[in-house]
Amino acid sequence: MTASSAENSHPTNTRLTDQRGHQFWRSLNELADGDAYRARLAPEFPDHADRWPSGLSRRKFLSLMSASLALASWSGCAKKPEEEILPYVEMPEQLVPGQPLYFATAMPLFGYGVGLVAESHMGRPTRVEGNRHHPFSLGATDPFTQASVLTLYDPDRSQAILNNGQISAKAELQSAIGALRQRLDANNGRGFRILSGTITSPTLLAQLKRLKDAYPAMQWHHYEPVPQDADIRGCELAFGRPLQPLYDFGKAAVILSLDDDFLLAGHAPIPHARQFAQHRRASVATSRPREMNRLYVAESTATVTGAKADHRLPLAPQSMEQLLLALASRLDVNSGDEVGTVPAEVPIEWFEALVDDLIRYRFGDCESSALIVVGYNHPPHVHALAQAINAKLGAIGTTVTYIQPVVGTTASSTDSQGNASDDEALLVSPFSQLDSLRQLKEAMKQGEVDTLLVLSSNPVLTAPADWDFTDAISRVPYRMHLGMYADETAELCHWHIPESHYLECWSDVRARNGLVSIIQPLIAPLYDTWSPHQVVAELLGQASVSPYEQLRSAWRERRPDEGAAEIANDFDSQWARWLKLGVVPGTAFPAAPNVGLSSEFAERFTSARNSALATANNTQLDDSDESRGTLLQISFRPDPSIWDGRFANNGWLQELPKPLTKLTWDNALLIAPSLARELDLENEELVTVTRGARQLRLPVWIVPGQSPRVATLHLGYGRKAGGRVASGPGFNAYELRTTDAFWFGNDVRLAKTGERFPLACTQEHHLMHGRELVRAGTLSELQQHPDHPPFMHEHHLPDNPSLLPNWEYDGYKWGMVIDTTACIGCNACVVACQSENNIPVVGKEQVLMGREMHWLRIDTYYHSAADNPETAFQPLPCMHCEKAPCEVVCPVAATVHSDEGLNEMVYNRCVGTRYCSNNCPYKVRRFNFLQYADYDTPVLKLLRNPDVTVRSRGVMEKCTYCVQRISDARIAAKKEERLIRAGEVITACQSACPAEAIQFGNLNNPREPVTEWRESPIHYKLLGELDTEPRTTFLASLTNPNPDLVPREPIHDES
Amino acid sequence: MTRAKTRTTPGSHRAPLVGAGHTISSVTDQISSIVLRRRAGRGWWFGLLVGFSLTMLLLYAIAWLLIKGVGIWGINIPVGWGFAIVNFVWWIGIGHAGTLISAILLLLKQEWRTSINRFAEAMTLFAVACAGIFPLLHLGRVEFFYWLVPYPNTMGVWPQFRSPLMWDFFAVSTYGTVSLLFWYIGLVPDLATLRDRASHRFARITYGILALGWRGSARHWKRYQGAYLLLAGLATPLVVSVHTIVSFDFSVGIVPGWHSTIFPPYFVAGAIFSGFAMVLTLAIPLRYAYNLHDFITDRHLDNSAKVMLAAGLIVSYGYVMEAFVAWWNGHPYETYIFENRFFGPYAGLYWLLIFCNCLAPQLLWFKAVRRLPVILFVLSLVINVGMWLERFIICVVSLHRDHLPSSWDMYYPTFWDWAFYLGTIGLFLTLLLLFIRLLPVISISEMRELVEEHS
Repeated sequence: MTASSAENSHPTNTRLTDQRGHQFWRSLNELADGDAYRARLAPEFPDHADRWPSGLSRRKFLSLMSASLALASWSGCAKKPEEEILPYVEMPEQLVPGQPLYFATAMPLFGYGVGLVAESHMGRPTRVEGNRHHPFSLGATDPFTQASVLTLYDPDRSQAILNNGQISAKAELQSAIGALRQRLDANNGRGFRILSGTITSPTLLAQLKRLKDAYPAMQWHHYEPVPQDADIRGCELAFGRPLQPLYDFGKAAVILSLDDDFLLAGHAPIPHARQFAQHRRASVATSRPREMNRLYVAESTATVTGAKADHRLPLAPQSMEQLLLALASRLDVNSGDEVGTVPAEVPIEWFEALVDDLIRYRFGDCESSALIVVGYNHPPHVHALAQAINAKLGAIGTTVTYIQPVVGTTASSTDSQGNASDDEALLVSPFSQLDSLRQLKEAMKQGEVDTLLVLSSNPVLTAPADWDFTDAISRVPYRMHLGMYADETAELCHWHIPESHYLECWSDVRARNGLVSIIQPLIAPLYDTWSPHQVVAELLGQASVSPYEQLRSAWRERRPDEGAAEIANDFDSQWARWLKLGVVPGTAFPAAPNVGLSSEFAERFTSARNSALATANNTQLDDSDESRGTLLQISFRPDPSIWDGRFANNGWLQELPKPLTKLTWDNALLIAPSLARELDLENEELVTVTRGARQLRLPVWIVPGQSPRVATLHLGYGRKAGGRVASGPGFNAYELRTTDAFWFGNDVRLAKTGERFPLACTQEHHLMHGRELVRAGTLSELQQHPDHPPFMHEHHLPDNPSLLPNWEYDGYKWGMVIDTTACIGCNACVVACQSENNIPVVGKEQVLMGREMHWLRIDTYYHSAADNPETAFQPLPCMHCEKAPCEVVCPVAATVHSDEGLNEMVYNRCVGTRYCSNNCPYKVRRFNFLQYADYDTPVLKLLRNPDVTVRSRGVMEKCTYCVQRISDARIAAKKEERLIRAGEVITACQSACPAEAIQFGNLNNPREPVTEWRESPIHYKLLGELDTEPRTTFLASLTNPNPDLVPREPIHDES
Repeated sequence: MTRAKTRTTPGSHRAPLVGAGHTISSVTDQISSIVLRRRAGRGWWFGLLVGFSLTMLLLYAIAWLLIKGVGIWGINIPVGWGFAIVNFVWWIGIGHAGTLISAILLLLKQEWRTSINRFAEAMTLFAVACAGIFPLLHLGRVEFFYWLVPYPNTMGVWPQFRSPLMWDFFAVSTYGTVSLLFWYIGLVPDLATLRDRASHRFARITYGILALGWRGSARHWKRYQGAYLLLAGLATPLVVSVHTIVSFDFSVGIVPGWHSTIFPPYFVAGAIFSGFAMVLTLAIPLRYAYNLHDFITDRHLDNSAKVMLAAGLIVSYGYVMEAFVAWWNGHPYETYIFENRFFGPYAGLYWLLIFCNCLAPQLLWFKAVRRLPVILFVLSLVINVGMWLERFIICVVSLHRDHLPSSWDMYYPTFWDWAFYLGTIGLFLTLLLLFIRLLPVISISEMRELVEEHS
């Protein structure tokens, strides 16, 4: 201690100086240890209180003890309460113990609904599947929806109301909101702002409208860190009114995607993937030859959409606009004075082939047409140009239709047709969510906001870094936050209200086309949580009405005209039908009529473009400062696993290998192989990325196909709060993301540090080393050799090189075929498998050691040059080999063959020699090296699928073909004395797949699609030459390149 | 006896098997004095300190393993077998020389085996004890190890007899039992000698019990020799079978780099190679420390070195043929395995293995080298390292890159992997040092026989 002598004179300090080492004290009084303090302490901890009473003999002690025991036993004879309890004689309706129930519901994903069917076991939802009746699910799902069940049971979820960081009671919050209402009543709502994410719930919007009516001076802002509104604003430029395009890739014969990852991270990946795959499945059966679509992709970052492209081009983001301008010039679209020239990076023959294809399908028949899509990370004027070209190509009405925007209607567009939304004039800013947040920030900085309510949003993390949002929000005197996690924003708010999960509360939500789903809760809230409806109702003074009643009364008023007279009069039966279907028919927005290119398009485009260029020019490039590293462009993208960070506390998503990079638990700076060579960088090498005064240190990861001078950074990582899983991993991209480089920045400098940071990657090797693992060919090759296309590399093995005859299966003979042409590598199947089969999360350390537990993985292989490779996805579950190498080597017969052909794993019998895994040529077996399954956390017990064993330490496990589902179907079939029908057993991966790339069924049943697929000329067995006779087989990956473009010379890059 | 004489006569120019001037009583005196008269030296205590500390480390590691699971090791998918199996094969291999020396050389009437067979057998026994730890503890669920035993049970399940691990279980347990019996039977006359010479009452009683009432009568000797020969006959096929079956663990598998018919002979040769190396590693310091030059003569070292050279050449031939067949069959997976061994991430270990097992033993062609105990000692250590590397290359390097490149991964040993390896070395050392102090390291009765024959 170096305190002055004056301070030392105080008894406390004297005491501290006298002490050696760390001594902890609870209060200053204790530290001072004065007489008064001791005197006060004495009655509480009387001296000698625990001393043995003297004179107590053994005999006395025993008699006392026996007396107390006798007295204690009396208490057991207390009189029973006169309350009647009844045994479980009459079961609740529908509930059969052990049998799951299924309920239609919907998940709001980035504000828009995805229809789901949730599986409930004895009242607890364990799993979600897609809802076939919902146009944005079509029975399939994506990783986010699949993983949402884990969020429900996440032990880190906010469970209590917090007031200044202290747990508070519900009544206190209610009185605080009551006080707030009085204040709002007094000043008409002035200074009251609400910030939310995208909201499409008609009922919530109606509530907000009511709030606005009550307090006209209040304002509502909405902001998504990944705003997807550029296309709406682009349509406003092109067509003169804000419209939202809806694409139909199923009708698109030629597609050009500019930076739009529509298969994974676009507006509606599930239906788009379905449509795209359906139009690409020429391969499956030669009896039904269909034409394949052709996909051109120009992108700055390698994405799964680029991986599926027939012609892919790595292109810097700025060149996209130039490419579109060149296309516009060729297709006679008047885009103003600007005459487009083909960007230098685009080979002229590539461009010409693209133009030829687009022209060939210009004004195609109503079945097919051409389509150009642009990613939401490009400015509105680029979208406008794309829509103008689409209009010129005659795509409107076939591949693209336009509707009234589902979100954010403004006064300027009230004249438009379609459903009048409830949010008219509610929003402060039309469509730009960034502008909406900017207005809030300005108001907060100027002290105009005195109360801020944040609804399920985390702006402190996600707002642009140059706004200093933390400072802005700190100027608001009174701040409330509703959220699932005590996140960065919650920490800065006076009140934090825990939010209900969508499976816990009633609500409604619109899909991208406006179609409403009623969100049914599957379980009562696990904790004392609130839904946004409840918070707004509390503000409206309507808290007494339950959200269920609010919803029902809102829909009783609304009652869309379904055109069906017989049910129209009976609301209850109508309501029941909506709940059962999972959608409210008749609520989808109709296609906007008379959409045509505005006559003022050229001028509007030019002015929008010039203003965008002017903003870009404001960024001063600091060319002089070479010492700070190499100048690069940076591209910010939502993370394929945790999106903008909202799923960061979800272990399933954190451990999900990201498509292409196969990274888990971290993000990295993605760079091109050529740049890595130039800068002599290796994977995992730490670099500093500098943008002006902002700096971030993070490791690099080399991605084949990345645009050479562009580095990509995924959002959502490097968080400081929001749960034990969320806080920690990765690097916060938001620190570099400013308004002038919201999506792209061209002023980033990259410098080596010479240090390394380990990244947990699940697939280190992406080259096939001359092995015929993925068979890939072109449609024309197949057409020339319809029976034996050369790319199949068929090996002519003798039919049965064994002395013993093959086993004959009389009953069922299960098998699976995976179509690698359709597979888009989106990971939905991986999470679906994890959710269905209780697969544990192991953490980054274990993934680094190569111990991830996924039963199904998606192998990604590259072919040809690393700068722009061809990519193939190969989902790999257990092959269930007929002659399984794993079975013969197990010393205790823990893995055996069933009489239906399954290779079964008997967990109870397994002693854990791992010999089976060593001997598995496909390496699909997974071992519980440590105790991975969490037996202790109570809430996680609710999550588990009761039909699947939770495996313990030391046990091998692997894909079972969802044997529990086969058993269910077998039991159902036996009860009806029939065989399992075709399509009755659907595995978890199969049901989740948006591209319908997985077929499973009984190979003895000729009506199963899987048997048809096995007859295809492009059907093959992986490692078939080992004669393991795998039951999981594959269809080759087929592409449809333009014959005018010489196929790229295959170069085996072994680096 | 006449036969023995006729065979030694033509080789009379050779160095003798026993130093000059020894009588029956001097032999007995000198060998038994190590146990009964001489105090333990500083070297012995230091060795025991090291060995015992490492044994404690082993026990600590075993406790931690039982608490946490096999995940404390560096194993993963695809490398399901790491140090545990490498160490197991290495220790089993080391054990082989003991049985080879005591059984096969006995049947072949190689008298020079006499002075080294006792501690070689002890070495076998301790090596098997060390080896036996690994297959047991590498199980994910150790508590159910007995499911590998075919016993009638309520589950109605038998072990899976097609699995090489099952065969392994029988092979190793049989080998351990026969080795123990063989060693003990051979010890009985010497235990009686110790009983008779021991001055301390406790030692007298203990040796007395262990000597099973041996009185040295002619009938005893007849029974003894019959039993000993019979056990030698039983042990002989085991020398070949055990390591053959251990090699089946690999060669029955479908893994490229494992699936090879050359494995059984090449594993047996490798076992003899490493076993003789370990015999020399032990014999050279032993004869120096206890002044046993008269019993473990230069000729013993010379013969052992020759066996080592021969075994080393067979092993080298195995390496060459393995690579040749991989290249010749043109199977891409097999070819790649060798590409990976030669140039992959573990290539340094592979070339070190070639140096240790193929190049360094070539020195043994020179008689001068074979007669230099210091160089022999260093060479024996080099070969031990080389044989350990061989098992590492076969087990780990084959697994880490097999059929599908998507699953390729690296294996890095953890602290606990090393703790188990060093721990078993410590256990081996401890057992051996205790053996030196408690039992005659050289067979007194056989040495007496030898002296008698040569006098």
